[in-house]
Amino acid sequence: MSVYVSSVVNADVWFTLNYTRNCSQLRTRTVVSCTAWICGGTAPSGGCRHKLIILRSRSTDVYQNLALEDWIDANVDLQRRGVLLLWRNRPAVVIGRHQNPWTECDLRAMRRVGIPLARRRSGGGTVFHDLGNLNLTFFTSKKAYDRKRNLKVITEALRRVRPGLDVQATDRYDILLNGHYKISGTASRLSRKSSYHHCTLLHSADRSALSAVLRPSCPGIHSNATPSVPSPVANLLDHAPTLQWEELLDGLEQQYSTGTLLLLLASPGSDSTFPGLSRTVAELRSWDWTFGKTPKFSVQTLLDLTDGRSPARSSARLHMEVKNGLMESCELDVPEDWLPRPLSAELMNSLVGERFCPHRAAAAAAALLRTESGERQSRLHNLCDAVVSVMG
Amino acid sequence: GSGFCLMTQQFVRSRESGSAVSRGPIVQFKLSDIGEGIMEVTVKEWYVKEGDKVSQFDSICEVQSDKASVTITSRYDGVIRKLYYDVDATALVGKPLVDIETESGSEVIQEEDVVETPAMAREEHTHQEIKGHKTQATPAVRRLAMENNIKLSEVVGTGKDGRILKEDILNFLAKQTGAILPPTPTPAVTKPPPTTPKPVFTGKDVTEPLKGFHKAMVKTMSAALKIPHFGYCDEVDLSRLVALRAELRSVAEGRGVKLSYMPFFIKAASLGLLHFPILNASVDEGCQNITYKASHNIGLAMDTNQGLLVPNVKNVQLLSVFEIAQELNRLQALGSTGQLGTSDLTGGTFTLSNIGSIGGTYAKPVILPPEVAIGALGKIQVSSKLFQDDQSRNMKISVNVLMQFLRESFRSIFSVSSGAFCRSWSSSVQLVTEGLMEEVEMFYYRSLSE
Repeated sequence: MSVYVSSVVNADVWFTLNYTRNCSQLRTRTVVSCTAWICGGTAPSGGCRHKLIILRSRSTDVYQNLALEDWIDANVDLQRRGVLLLWRNRPAVVIGRHQNPWTECDLRAMRRVGIPLARRRSGGGTVFHDLGNLNLTFFTSKKAYDRKRNLKVITEALRRVRPGLDVQATDRYDILLNGHYKISGTASRLSRKSSYHHCTLLHSADRSALSAVLRPSCPGIHSNATPSVPSPVANLLDHAPTLQWEELLDGLEQQYSTGTLLLLLASPGSDSTFPGLSRTVAELRSWDWTFGKTPKFSVQTLLDLTDGRSPARSSARLHMEVKNGLMESCELDVPEDWLPRPLSAELMNSLVGERFCPHRAAAAAAALLRTESGERQSRLHNLCDAVVSVMG
Repeated sequence: GSGFCLMTQQFVRSRESGSAVSRGPIVQFKLSDIGEGIMEVTVKEWYVKEGDKVSQFDSICEVQSDKASVTITSRYDGVIRKLYYDVDATALVGKPLVDIETESGSEVIQEEDVVETPAMAREEHTHQEIKGHKTQATPAVRRLAMENNIKLSEVVGTGKDGRILKEDILNFLAKQTGAILPPTPTPAVTKPPPTTPKPVFTGKDVTEPLKGFHKAMVKTMSAALKIPHFGYCDEVDLSRLVALRAELRSVAEGRGVKLSYMPFFIKAASLGLLHFPILNASVDEGCQNITYKASHNIGLAMDTNQGLLVPNVKNVQLLSVFEIAQELNRLQALGSTGQLGTSDLTGGTFTLSNIGSIGGTYAKPVILPPEVAIGALGKIQVSSKLFQDDQSRNMKISVNVLMQFLRESFRSIFSVSSGAFCRSWSSSVQLVTEGLMEEVEMFYYRSLSE
């Protein structure tokens, strides 16, 4: 008898639930619901015989799902099998590996409505995730990396469930609906021996929320970070109103793995099933990863200065260099009659070396503000506010 | 390491170096093919700088091409001597990316493109964080080794590249404990061949004579309460189960069924027994034969006014959790009114107890012959754990499970970590919970709709 430690399980032995779903083709599927992850490495004979495995993540936490991608990439032997991971997140903005969050999204607006920001490991542009957006990640060995083939799985599946649907993959690896609306964007990551290609698929995303957050936090940022290329988008549901979520997932799964599927539900909250995952989640949530990985950029902008007590107005020129998310240098050109030079210089000095973050900057400035009073304090306060507002 | 030596064998020359300190050959590490016909990439981030020491598989830099982010890892051990590109520069595939000074020898080598060297032996127990590097044993195998206090370095790996497989650990264990692996698989206990493996419910009991050493070990069963017990204790995380039960409770009550945790545990035990049918076996009094019972008739110890009784739920393998709950309610009602009948009290094949002890001492449950195992559940406890990212705080609800089984029979018949059943049981609990969370209608109402 073959005995396995619970974390490597011949999954189709656990229990078999044979049932047919209500879809156009009746299929018998082996559905295993288990937090016991299978197929780590070279399973001995009698181990998982499935060459293609489909995982649906139970989590809707963007950090857990991104960490799960990392985990699969690092721990599953992809030389002999492929994995398709299906996941979706509660509302979140996800930027690419080398992007600048301050230019890509409105951090203040996001904070106001509680939408988190995540930086993924793969390249590409910024996307807005919500529960109406399906993410698909195709894991293969580096040799078998083929984005066109993966996108074909999606377009073929869509045509199968809704014949006549006009969906085409472009050579930028997007998928367009009716030749015009983007319903899917792509990004990928290649490691030493493995690779993954993930793409979005807009089923029923909240498009108004999307446009509200995907705009710059502040003007005047110059960087070589990967820019996003905006396109008009559409939801599948708008053009195929009867295409329900489950039917879409079914169709995709059957297109990916013809024949008997092995479908697992993964709960990435548990470290006992996915050792090391919580550490990755912590890393992905950290400021150092999310903001600190921003490529070097500079901020050059004009700050509008007002004085609460009088109609006096002025403007100051701000120039900052930010590297690894930290302010390497700060220059502020404030009219001498507005505020004495030494004072604005002190403000700048207090910021150098700090994170380019409104909270940190505000804290640094607060210490300085306590030493002043009267009109000077009011103007200094104003200047600080203006500087902090640049940081999102 | 072996891989590295392979390289130097190819490149060592006999010329003497001119400088006093012999410097190693500098290898021009070229940017290898990314795939998809990509010829150039943008360097986005360097993980090393000139003068840094690198090991094979360490990350060197991150490059980006057309929405693909690629981590380039080192092929050699050595010291970085030159970076050919700045950040944001365009790097060409096939052209040098960095120069790495390796040890010994003395030439600037034009290195040929990738010949993957065999995985070198690295630290065994650690989960390597180096990008792209896979350890030489899977997480599951490492865990199996750790549970049995086995150093991976002592195990001979028979997998690809010297990888340690689960069989290697089992073989090592067998040699260590002197236990013998099962000679031939018994019909109900088959090693799944590459094509099959479902534990199909045939509905038939299978009886076979007890072989020599089994017989000797089990002989003592004839003396009640003198059964050599072997215990294994584990903690099972129930947080999800608690949440699920809270959800389902009111629905169950709407149908007149009181839903406790036991139906879940019972179902989980049954799932575990599918995997370890020997725990659902019984031995005859003369210790001649062992019978692998097909039905999972799982008994539950109950404190009734007639004393301690153990009625059982028949054929749990065929029942949904809801059906088990219904049956339990019925047995409990009968138990409280002293009306449990013989059919309810006999025919059990496996027992679960959530009462301190059944006739045993020191709160250790005792196996009820002719059964061979019993599972005891402790009190459900709540402990709070702060995880690394302090944004999520999980309440951990767990229960301790104590498994008792015939010590020698288990060890000798299985030669596997005794934790395996417990863990599988614990996974079964999770599994039952997960299964229910996802397919709650299927499991739960199947009996109601039919």
